[in-house]
Amino acid sequence: MRPRAARAAVVAALVSAAGLALPPPPGAAPEGVIRVGSKSFTENYILAEVVAQVVERVGEARVERRVGLGGTGLTQRALESGAIDVYPEYTGTLARVILKDPALDTEDELRARLERRGLAMSASLGFANTYALAVREEQAQRLGLRTIDDLARHPELTAAFTSGFLEREDGWPGLRSRYGIRLARVEVMEHALAYRAVASGQVDLMDVFSTDGQLERLRLRLLEDDRHFFPDYAAVLLARREMTTRYPRTWARLRQVLEGRLDASRMARLNAMADLDGRPVAEVAAAFLAGGEPAPGGGGRARALLAELGGLTRDHLVLVLISVGAAVLLGIPMGVMAARYRRAGQAELSLIAMLQTIPALALLMFMIPLFGIGKGPALVALSLYALLPVARNTYAGLTAIDPTLLEIAWVLRLGRARRLLRVELPLASIAIMAGVKTALVTTVGTATLAAFIGGGGYGTLIVRGLALDDTATILAGAAPAALMALAFHALFELLDRVVIPRGLRT
Amino acid sequence: MIVLREVTKRFGPSVALDGVSLEVSPGATHVLLGSSGSGKSTVLRIILGLAVPDSGTATVDGVPIDARSRDRLVGRMGYVVQDGGLYPHLTARDNVALAADAPRWPRARVDARIAALAGMAGLDAATLGRYPRELSGGQRQRVSLMRALLLDPPILLLDEPLGALDPIVRAELQDQLGQLFAALAKTVVLVTHDIREAARLGHTITLMTAGRVVQTGTFADLVERPATSFVRQFLTAQTLDAPAPASR
Repeated sequence: MRPRAARAAVVAALVSAAGLALPPPPGAAPEGVIRVGSKSFTENYILAEVVAQVVERVGEARVERRVGLGGTGLTQRALESGAIDVYPEYTGTLARVILKDPALDTEDELRARLERRGLAMSASLGFANTYALAVREEQAQRLGLRTIDDLARHPELTAAFTSGFLEREDGWPGLRSRYGIRLARVEVMEHALAYRAVASGQVDLMDVFSTDGQLERLRLRLLEDDRHFFPDYAAVLLARREMTTRYPRTWARLRQVLEGRLDASRMARLNAMADLDGRPVAEVAAAFLAGGEPAPGGGGRARALLAELGGLTRDHLVLVLISVGAAVLLGIPMGVMAARYRRAGQAELSLIAMLQTIPALALLMFMIPLFGIGKGPALVALSLYALLPVARNTYAGLTAIDPTLLEIAWVLRLGRARRLLRVELPLASIAIMAGVKTALVTTVGTATLAAFIGGGGYGTLIVRGLALDDTATILAGAAPAALMALAFHALFELLDRVVIPRGLRT
Repeated sequence: MIVLREVTKRFGPSVALDGVSLEVSPGATHVLLGSSGSGKSTVLRIILGLAVPDSGTATVDGVPIDARSRDRLVGRMGYVVQDGGLYPHLTARDNVALAADAPRWPRARVDARIAALAGMAGLDAATLGRYPRELSGGQRQRVSLMRALLLDPPILLLDEPLGALDPIVRAELQDQLGQLFAALAKTVVLVTHDIREAARLGHTITLMTAGRVVQTGTFADLVERPATSFVRQFLTAQTLDAPAPASR
């Protein structure tokens, strides 16, 4: 094969492999399915689950949950591409991040703008999840703190703020200049830590979201934003217009059940059930729909986790084996090409190496406009990621072969294919197997990121654990992933004995 | 008959062969003698078609060795290199059998041929079942020779075949090679830097230095009628250096 033809073949192989992993084209959701998405934090999980359960009860369409997507950009693209049909969003985010027009003030203005994008927005669900400042109730009473303005009289107070709040213009920098507040000390701290620090009196003030489950339990008081600095982050449902017209009964029922039905304290209690009591999200959502609190009973989450782990293990295995399998099928021929046509090969390997410099999470994100969300795009991204060790090691193994041995193959008049199969690949097998092993073990780890784009697997638990700030759940995802990596490593010690010819083993 | 006429070959700025001419008679053993870098291995590579002359011609039985003919011509040659050039991932037997891969010999024919060659090379079945790294240097060279002989090619090209062996094994193999070449009546081109090997095996010896032929003739010619002082120096340096075994 001439170099140009070889390159064309490589490209064709890549494209067809990508095609194999392609999900049904975006927008062409199978009849009768509503895909419910969510971002990866507790409140969003709960609201999405409520939506999912309502869809199930109405029975107009089947429901598919694609929850725990990593961030606003992602849910937004998923929604616009049709990978999800509906998810819970906040008006402030819609105006600032999605429509990029902070001046949009009323729900009607927002709705009109979204309409043009083919999106439908519900009315407010009844609560706003805005930034707020919180102090201990006991201290607030002692110092007479009721509003943020009151802080100006107490420059001796200290604060622990999250890094996001410290940097955002709608966070601390803007707040400080609007209210003219000075504080004795401001520290950067994660939310979970800050709650502990405030509760134990180590610092006085922290930024919170107004529906955080902890507020009530820890007896914290929210300071009133009397100058209306914080933008309104009213919770709404955002859906594809297409979905609302195709399933009008479902949409009407969703609005009926949710619009104006959740005030901040009720939402905070639901969040607390999931965050602090460890109730599975499905249970919390069902409790809300039943109009009450869920029946008491501990251990719900541990049981739910165990039940889930089997399915997640299967998902994870599928992600890893298919993507590494594709990487092997593509990577070995690519390594062979690179070794045969050295110059084109260098370009090819540089290209694959460049793919590797893209952070795995970013690569996963890039897949969304192309392939939507879910397993398909995750598989494509993971395959691309696993390509380098396989192709690189194949190339290295082939180019390291003693040139005399290749000349002898020529003198023995072995054809190209025979030479490759009987001489070159066996001689390079140690290096190739090392590459495949590297690809497998790292993919087990990288595959946990697939959950951010709805790819499933152990990452589902890690993402959820991060959202719920629950170490046990994170570990429930991370530990099996580590075990799986070890298992693959051990398996390969055995596989080496099969694949690598005895004469080469040491 | 292998004929080179005024063959010149450069690798970048360095001249590997500078106007080399030589003739190898059918059935004779022709030794290319010289120190390393003299260009003698390049001559073998040109005969094999692994290197193409920059100028001059190389022919086998009147057929020029070029891109069109070389694949056919190389099928008439057996090739042995210094440390055997055996494939480490194949057993000795599979290394030998690999030569029958291209002509697609049936299994039975390969087995029969290997059995015959093993007897000649003095290797038993157990040894043939081993991997190259499990063999001694001498055994490896015997296996390599079996591989070169499997298809019974009329021409044998050997590049320092005994160069990596210790002196005793080497002397023993030299004698065996001599008997073998005589018995098989092969046209042999053997590259060596060892004068005693050249004297024992070569009907004709071509002494080379710096890519040029210094003198071609029998060993007696070189000793008794050295063409230049270099010939005398080359011969005496090695003979003094390492006296020939008492048997000679």
